[in-house]
Amino acid sequence: MTDEPLLRVSALSKFYGSRVGCDNVSFELWPGEVLAVVGESGSGKTTLLNCLSTRLLPSSGTAGYRMRDGQFRELYRMSEAERRFLMRTDWGFVHQNPADGLRMTVSAGANVGERLMAVGDRHYGRIRATAVDWLSRVEIDEDRIDDEPRAFSGGMRQRLQIARNLVTGPRLVFMDEPTGGLDVSVQARLLDLLRGLVTDLGLAAIVVTHDLAVARLLSQRMMVMKDGRVVESGLTDRVLDDPRAPYTQLLVSSILQV
Amino acid sequence: MPTPLVVSDVAKSFTMHLRDGIKLPVIAGVSFSIKAGECTVLGGPSGAGKSSILKMLYGNYAVDEGQIIVMHDDGLIDLATASPRTVLAIRRQTIGYVSQFLRTVPRVSALDVVAEPLVERGEDREIARGKARALLAQLNLPEKLWALPPATFSGGEQQRVNIARGFITEHPILLLDEPTASLDARNRDVVIELIAAKKAADVALLGIFHDHDVRKAVADRVIDVTAFAPGKIAA
Repeated sequence: MTDEPLLRVSALSKFYGSRVGCDNVSFELWPGEVLAVVGESGSGKTTLLNCLSTRLLPSSGTAGYRMRDGQFRELYRMSEAERRFLMRTDWGFVHQNPADGLRMTVSAGANVGERLMAVGDRHYGRIRATAVDWLSRVEIDEDRIDDEPRAFSGGMRQRLQIARNLVTGPRLVFMDEPTGGLDVSVQARLLDLLRGLVTDLGLAAIVVTHDLAVARLLSQRMMVMKDGRVVESGLTDRVLDDPRAPYTQLLVSSILQV
Repeated sequence: MPTPLVVSDVAKSFTMHLRDGIKLPVIAGVSFSIKAGECTVLGGPSGAGKSSILKMLYGNYAVDEGQIIVMHDDGLIDLATASPRTVLAIRRQTIGYVSQFLRTVPRVSALDVVAEPLVERGEDREIARGKARALLAQLNLPEKLWALPPATFSGGEQQRVNIARGFITEHPILLLDEPTASLDARNRDVVIELIAAKKAADVALLGIFHDHDVRKAVADRVIDVTAFAPGKIAA
């Protein structure tokens, strides 16, 4: 285990005119850690995720990322090309709607292979073999490799999106409601899969979700957001079992028991 | 005899913001230490705060006041103020915990649920599974259940999976929250044997046991938790 975080976020804020997206968010993330960001819609969690993944530029604040050579780089000072390179190689982004993260009109195999080609792999046989391997890791049968994701169910599309993101061996993965909109049985399968992959690969991940059960299952640490601000943070089980902020108590007490 | 855990003047209350901010004091002035090779038992009636103490020692409940000093990684750390990352490291290396109920994960087999804490500490998966098999066999969990996720198991079967998961590692401190609550006599005896083996390995144990016979068999010392009752406040 290294003693330096992978990501150091300090006083990050994003304003849309006078409206607050996220306000003064600071945290550190270490390799192998999964951080859940929870809160209801409009709480700023997706704005935060988009700022962190540089899909959106913050109004103020800094985010340092430790590159593979050990040097910290300030994300918002990088050139567009450098950020795109990070996105393609060192990071993954799993969208709630798989159609936003997949190319719907090229085959499943190509969806996975494309990311490999982006990092410079040119050997067709090797790319295809890796694609097959990753499809099986996300439990998609090999005989579907030439099908387009359009022909896949929602759960399969989401698993394909995960394979596409993880194939390049990223060190940090952003996930925006990765199980949103899926049936519970499909959700359980996906969660179990994600949990296994994150552990096996030692990934760091930031997962935005409004589902506290998903957060409990996937994350070790949690940040609760309301109106753009972090109202509580800590170990996931501490926040859920002993919520301190009024808003967290409301969230936790609103969970339906089955 | 080393004392790997010292609790001093710990207090805990819950503030219920949804109930007009009413403050429910749970426990105050909690001070004790536990010793390696001993099993210390928290005694007192339900609601006295025994489980709350265990949960604070595991970082599962926040601590309002006081210190919880743990011997971790050749140093002393105050768990009451430690960062989440440090608490996670302490859980991985130093403090193990057998909770009252098993929190099941969909689709993970009983065998892997038990092996997981060892794998997290860097043990080879197959070796961890081998140890898990031995423990589940010792706890008389039918072999045909090992490959199944424990969600559909009976209370006693889940409890045994939970115990095996807690006992598989070599944490120097082990917290036990009613590990024998839903077990039959034969399996209670197995747990007593497991606790004796931990003591022989110089583990410091701290537990809650409502079962009289188990408590008599394992306890070296009983701490009466009612001594830590917070001052009565007007209702």
